[in-house]
Amino acid sequence: MALLEVRGVSKAFRGLRAVQSVSFDVAEGAIAAMIGPNGAGKTTCFNVIAGVFAPDTGTVSLGGRAITGLHPHLVCRAGVGRTFQVVKPFPQMSVLDNVVVGALNASARVADARREARRVLELLHLQEKRGALAASLTLPERKRLEVARAMATRPRLLLLDEVMAGLRPTEVDEMVGVFRRINRETGLTILLIEHVMRAVMALAGRVVVLHHGEKICEGAPEEVVRDPAVLECYLGEEAL
Amino acid sequence: MSPERRAAILLTLLGAALVALPWLAGSYVLSVATLILFFAYTGQAWNVMMGFAGQLSLGHSLYVGLGAYAAAGLFFHYGIGPWAGVWLAIAACVAAGAVIGFLAFRFGISGVYFALLTIAFAEFTRIGFDHIQWLGGPGGLFIKVEQREAWDLLDLRGTPRMFYYVMLALTTGAFALCAWLLRSRAGYYWQAIRENEEAAQALGINTFRWKMLAVVISAAMTAVSGVFFAFYYNNLFPEQIFHISRSIEIILGPIIGGLGTLFGPILGAAVLTILADGITELMALAGLEIPGVKQVFYGLCLLVVVMFLPHGIWPTIARRLGLTRR
Repeated sequence: MALLEVRGVSKAFRGLRAVQSVSFDVAEGAIAAMIGPNGAGKTTCFNVIAGVFAPDTGTVSLGGRAITGLHPHLVCRAGVGRTFQVVKPFPQMSVLDNVVVGALNASARVADARREARRVLELLHLQEKRGALAASLTLPERKRLEVARAMATRPRLLLLDEVMAGLRPTEVDEMVGVFRRINRETGLTILLIEHVMRAVMALAGRVVVLHHGEKICEGAPEEVVRDPAVLECYLGEEAL
Repeated sequence: MSPERRAAILLTLLGAALVALPWLAGSYVLSVATLILFFAYTGQAWNVMMGFAGQLSLGHSLYVGLGAYAAAGLFFHYGIGPWAGVWLAIAACVAAGAVIGFLAFRFGISGVYFALLTIAFAEFTRIGFDHIQWLGGPGGLFIKVEQREAWDLLDLRGTPRMFYYVMLALTTGAFALCAWLLRSRAGYYWQAIRENEEAAQALGINTFRWKMLAVVISAAMTAVSGVFFAFYYNNLFPEQIFHISRSIEIILGPIIGGLGTLFGPILGAAVLTILADGITELMALAGLEIPGVKQVFYGLCLLVVVMFLPHGIWPTIARRLGLTRR
């Protein structure tokens, strides 16, 4: 059964049509990826799902419940956790406190939220850094913090916006391992925007390709990377 | 020794010194100490909005003034004491804060524009009060000074020593309240909003609601300082109490002491008040009288702190005293 249903979503900024009647599903418990060249509308699509922008047309629903045009905080309450492509940590708060803020979404008591935050930090191998200010983290660490904070909200669907960018191949493999484990153990549904194909191929069961705001291809990763249109606009011939 | 233990010991020592002070010091020192506590308390209230939630108010004189006039008006006309009047003061300030907060947060006014809005409200309230003859208008409202010898806590009439203890109790209460708030859900949410509002929303925080809460709590706390002001000084003039220079005086302490910290407002108020009074005294001794020297001095203090201690004095001292883990 589909957890996330995106139906005919369009969003324009003045003249620019960033996303044009895009539809796709993400099944409950699945990991899906969204790929495409820069400016294809991937992040706009995320922002529509997360409630940052209301779509001009189309609907978004989560577990059968319409969340189209809800405020971002209500979308989070409904069960969508997200990371930002350009990371947005709370720099003058400690790593632990950053994650506690997320955890308070699911548990009203601060003591419970702190316990949950520690658990999530361990999952993402950040427990050593919990006392440090978020401002002092390296970029790969900030990306992981971003994931930890979103996961602490206890989402049903996790939206990851380029969390692998800038990581070394070994770090990518480590993150892939983390997401696989979380997905397997908790059944958390994940939708990721990613340019690192190594991660996409290893994680995603299904891939949606956007180009100029339109969906040009959708399918299993092995099919998608052989699709002539995808090769043409994004991956290039050498991907074969 | 753990930082918590160290902090507890230092707090106890400071508390004991503050309680003993009136029995050791003369009337001049006592009046300066009362003033320090007044600014520490009011700065603490302002710090809830700016230091915790990141919402810059440059019009906190509005709440001091409204609180003062509300309680003083009731006392002057109907003989209703400050302990009843303070509730009207709080209600008036909460209402004013809610209106400002609603207008700003509902329509996405933030940062500098929000600060301008707070100034505007304070300014037109000042002008408005000049026309309320019932409260004395520009000529001022005066509360009868009587019973300066006995402690009449009920009517807040009494000796300087009594006023000192009242202010000490208020400052202690505000400190405890803020310490609790900072560790509560509200504290986490306010800091998240201060650090990055968009990320805060994405984590399920209704930023409108929590910002409103910060404004309302800050306004209510400041209302109480207004009531104290009215009964301590016994005279109120719109031109003075609502003036923007009052707002600036309120915010300098927390900024110089350390924004968003619990001790910053207290330390900042002490440093500024002692130095400013010292300078005025020195000038008087030298037979000089230069109007505005205090303001120039405030400006210099701010300049030095912003340049060399951008997080304020307190974080540095806290580290020296071994009160932080880093």
